[in-house]
Amino acid sequence: MVDTRVDLCGITIDNPVIPASGTFGYGHEFAELYDINCLGTFSFKGTTLDPRFGNETPRIAECPSGMLNAVGLQNPGVDDVIREELPKLERVFHKPVMANVSGFSTDEYAEVVKRLDRSSMSDMIGWYEINISCPNVHGGGMSFGTDPKMAAEVVKAVRWITDKPVIMKLSPNVTDITEIAKACEAEGADGISLINTLMGMRFDLRTRKPLLANVTGGLSGPAVFPVALRMVYQTAKAVKIPVIGMGGISSAEDVLEMMMAGAVAVEVGAANLVDPYASRNIVRDLPEAMKKYGISSF
Amino acid sequence: MKQEILTITENRQLTPSTWLMRMAGDVSAIKAPGQFINIRLDGHFLRRPISVCDVSSDEVTIIYKVLGHGTEEMTHFSPGAKLDVLTGLGNGYDLDDAGERPLLIGGGVGIPPLYLATRCLAKADTTVILGFNSEDEIYYVDEFEKLGARVIVATADGSRGVRGFVTDAFRELVNKGEIFTHFYTCGPEPMLKAVYERVYEKAGISGQMSFEERMGCGFGACMGCSTKTKNGNKRICKEGPVLRTEEIIW
Repeated sequence: MVDTRVDLCGITIDNPVIPASGTFGYGHEFAELYDINCLGTFSFKGTTLDPRFGNETPRIAECPSGMLNAVGLQNPGVDDVIREELPKLERVFHKPVMANVSGFSTDEYAEVVKRLDRSSMSDMIGWYEINISCPNVHGGGMSFGTDPKMAAEVVKAVRWITDKPVIMKLSPNVTDITEIAKACEAEGADGISLINTLMGMRFDLRTRKPLLANVTGGLSGPAVFPVALRMVYQTAKAVKIPVIGMGGISSAEDVLEMMMAGAVAVEVGAANLVDPYASRNIVRDLPEAMKKYGISSF
Repeated sequence: MKQEILTITENRQLTPSTWLMRMAGDVSAIKAPGQFINIRLDGHFLRRPISVCDVSSDEVTIIYKVLGHGTEEMTHFSPGAKLDVLTGLGNGYDLDDAGERPLLIGGGVGIPPLYLATRCLAKADTTVILGFNSEDEIYYVDEFEKLGARVIVATADGSRGVRGFVTDAFRELVNKGEIFTHFYTCGPEPMLKAVYERVYEKAGISGQMSFEERMGCGFGACMGCSTKTKNGNKRICKEGPVLRTEEIIW
């Protein structure tokens, strides 16, 4: 028998498989297809203080072994998430969920965490994942995750608000991701998750214009897996706090590889969009893959 | 929505750039005309969303235009090949609003979903306007006629039928004093906009319009295809692709 359980910042989860924010909504689309309680947990759609429509379309472009997205943090806003999404989720998901929080200022990050943490739905939340790495919005998002001082300020702004673990989601679009990770750790972050998408772009040969209305977008999918592995490996060596690895994971074998790089858990992103059962299948296949490679527990 | 492995039973060319594919298997998730399926292709990361042209108890028909590498590869598939397909996506047309004299307007690659709609409206006095650029792009007109509908063809270059766009064909009908109860349309966005202005705004006929957008997942998870409507943000793949004229913001 293998034991798939892992400890994620003091909370034991049944397995290390976590659908990534932005690829799983608030869980409903997938709960219609399968029992999402088979997952370790999932990270809900990046939530901001105010409702956001996001960027103009087209927001999606295909690439070899991956995709670009420039959604731009479309979400209904934190109050609507507390009022509508979480009560709906509570009926189908009975595990702590990871609350992904985005913002355009340190105050906004703090306010969103505060509203979630002080809300009647707070008990549902296991972890806060603070997205300081969205490449598709201007004046926020990634600008906090590309500078160690600013990243530290975000940690400082949210850390005191909640007793729950705070996980900082980092951008790969930096010279040295370990510097950012160490800065977050020094201010009391409980964990690091990486990588968010890599900035890229594509042109439409017919129109000679960028395919995405936002011009640039974030690259995800199997194309980024080796980059993600390398950055997780470097970061896990640089900090003592748990590291969640993500970027292009689409099989149980990929999970094992990411765990070998030093991750304590993994997030599955773009794979959910191509195969709606991808995360469930990875959870299903994991024990067999562990047995095959002689891994009894993580 | 259901994920199914479907088996190709037919794949043939209709025009220089348009192909028809029939696939057999569990297609029970397809409930309404205007819905689409999303096909996984080896070597391509994202699926290819294609509208349903017709459906039976165990077969689905699509008509697809060769636009890029993915659809080009589809033309090489032979009967017997198996495809991973998400079926029954999107809302589809609501035919309860059709009334006694529905009008269906299709342009180019937007024509296929109107075939199933026309078949489902067999009891109504249905008029179908089909627009093409020129005669060599025309397909499926005979099939629409076999359904018993009145079919009017318009070609932009005048090589067949009414010279001009679908809106020109519509104007001729209105000038003859014809009255329609509701309309259904699908086609390129410039055509949709012209239909909206001419048929809804000017002639005052309410209708349902099917939109196209680049999609990530096709089932509502990625927010890649969102659009603003008078009823709030909608995902073209989930709350669409069919929007009502009353809620559309141009």
